Amino acid sequence: MEAVAFYIIAAIAVFGALLMITRRNPLAGAFSLVVSLIALAGIYAMLRAELIFILQILVYAGAIMVLVIFTIMLLNLREEELEEPPAGKIKTLIILAAVAFGCYGIIKVLSGAPDEVPRVPENFGSVEKVGELMLTSYLYPFEIISVVLLVAIVGVVLLAKKVI
Amino acid sequence: MNLELLEGCTREMAENLIIIAKTLFVIAMAFGFLLVVIWFERKGSAFIQDRVGPNRAAILGVRLAGFIQNFADVTKLIMKEMFIPGEVNRIYFILAPFIGFTFILTSFAVIPFADNLRIGGFDIPMQVADLNVGVLYILAITSLNVYGIVLAGWSSNNKFSLLGGLRSTAQMISYEIPLGLSIVGIFMVFGSLHLNEIVRAQGELLFGFLPRWGIFVQPLGFIIFISAAYAEANRTPFDIPEGESEIVAGYHVEYSGMRFALFYMGEYIALVLSSALVVTLFFGGWQIPYLDTSDLIRHASVVLKVLLLGGAAMSLAAAIAFIGYAKRLKGTWGDIHDREGHVLTTFAVLALAVFLVVLFWLWNVEFPDWAARTIALISQVGMFLIKVLFFGWLFIWVRWTLPRFRYDQLMGLGWKALIPLSFINILISGLVILLVQR
Repeated sequence: MEAVAFYIIAAIAVFGALLMITRRNPLAGAFSLVVSLIALAGIYAMLRAELIFILQILVYAGAIMVLVIFTIMLLNLREEELEEPPAGKIKTLIILAAVAFGCYGIIKVLSGAPDEVPRVPENFGSVEKVGELMLTSYLYPFEIISVVLLVAIVGVVLLAKKVI
Repeated sequence: MNLELLEGCTREMAENLIIIAKTLFVIAMAFGFLLVVIWFERKGSAFIQDRVGPNRAAILGVRLAGFIQNFADVTKLIMKEMFIPGEVNRIYFILAPFIGFTFILTSFAVIPFADNLRIGGFDIPMQVADLNVGVLYILAITSLNVYGIVLAGWSSNNKFSLLGGLRSTAQMISYEIPLGLSIVGIFMVFGSLHLNEIVRAQGELLFGFLPRWGIFVQPLGFIIFISAAYAEANRTPFDIPEGESEIVAGYHVEYSGMRFALFYMGEYIALVLSSALVVTLFFGGWQIPYLDTSDLIRHASVVLKVLLLGGAAMSLAAAIAFIGYAKRLKGTWGDIHDREGHVLTTFAVLALAVFLVVLFWLWNVEFPDWAARTIALISQVGMFLIKVLFFGWLFIWVRWTLPRFRYDQLMGLGWKALIPLSFINILISGLVILLVQR
């Protein structure tokens, strides 16, 4: 049951990612990426990582991708402005490389998979547990990331101000 | 097959059946509210604008003050051609209405509509999905709802649609932030993200007489939340994505038939969802003020008698009112509509008779435990529905009273007023909690 659900969700994720790189229209590509991201969230949910599942949808699929789509729509690209698709030979080469890389990944994962899967601890992935860990064992990394984000925000405001 | 395995099997089957039953109930509830809210909208707007509103569609002469109009509308929309204009992006054009509708309907899964029901060794949470992340799930799923609108606006290949799509994207991402931040205060006060636990915590009393509802402990949070919720549901005064006087009808200009209806229904289901969320977070959800679940179970027979007596009194009042109505209606239309008064009176009298018979039949019955628990459940579900209905009406009231914001005013309110206010709210909540705990 769980395996079937995993394969379906994984297939959707891969299919969405494939569509994203093959669509010529940037908006269609962005929507395909959304599909892929939501399917990934489904995989997180199957791993019992509740918070990551929600954040994946809320932040990536819900906020960042909406911004990306907003930008693409504002640019309002016309058909003739789009980049020419690569010629036939290059296309075949790219596809071959992608397939080879994919096969390598699958072999690597299959050969490296442990026979015994460790059990997840109680409360794994819940909001309480993640919050607790963030403010105890991982306090310094957490604070440093906050500072980095703050710097990024200040930088963006500064850059935008110059334009206005 | 040994007995334990069989028992496990039947137990699992029963659990699955319960989940299916709950899902069906929630979907039925959403669609029932949909009908009532659309009726509210039509009759309410007519009332506020001093019009009559829909008053002709009838089944056997019964109009129910325009409620039957809904069914006429649905029939019309199903019959209509679903036209696909040329030059649209067909796949996305067809897909868009379903996306919005599906996500909104899915978010109902975590809304609790009663306390847990403990029957025969089961402890059944009265929500479809008993998620620990509760509110966050709703925020996440409704944030996806914007894709339906954007896809529709973009794939229609129409500049008004595109403008509507752009506006809604900007509005939704702006107002998601205050929406999320305003309920952080609620999490801090009740110490949980789990919606049913938040509701259960609201059953306590504040200062010994006030129910500890979210609105009393988080008044500022409530104001921010309800403003942002109105914006998320695309309702006036925040309905610039469709602003009919500016961009025709925004993202759904090119849609017709049931595809249009899906957008239309999605909008009202979003309204119901927002009301349900406001009720759950700020107005005690299914809590009946001053009566918690154990009280209700202990006094189940009294509760049932009060409910039945109330029902009987209401049907009596309705019967009297309908008799007067039938007299006034005599010969007004000169057709089948004249019979409405009589039909309604018959139903009211029948309802009165049923209530009285059940009342006499159950007057001296001693209830077993499961019956008492079911009565408590029903009264809590009823309380929840009444509260949600009131907030549905509030949405419509606001829509027909306030004018639409200008685009820059909308952005100003979201970014410059609501977001700083919600940060202040979090700060104050934290300070107060710290002081109270010391």
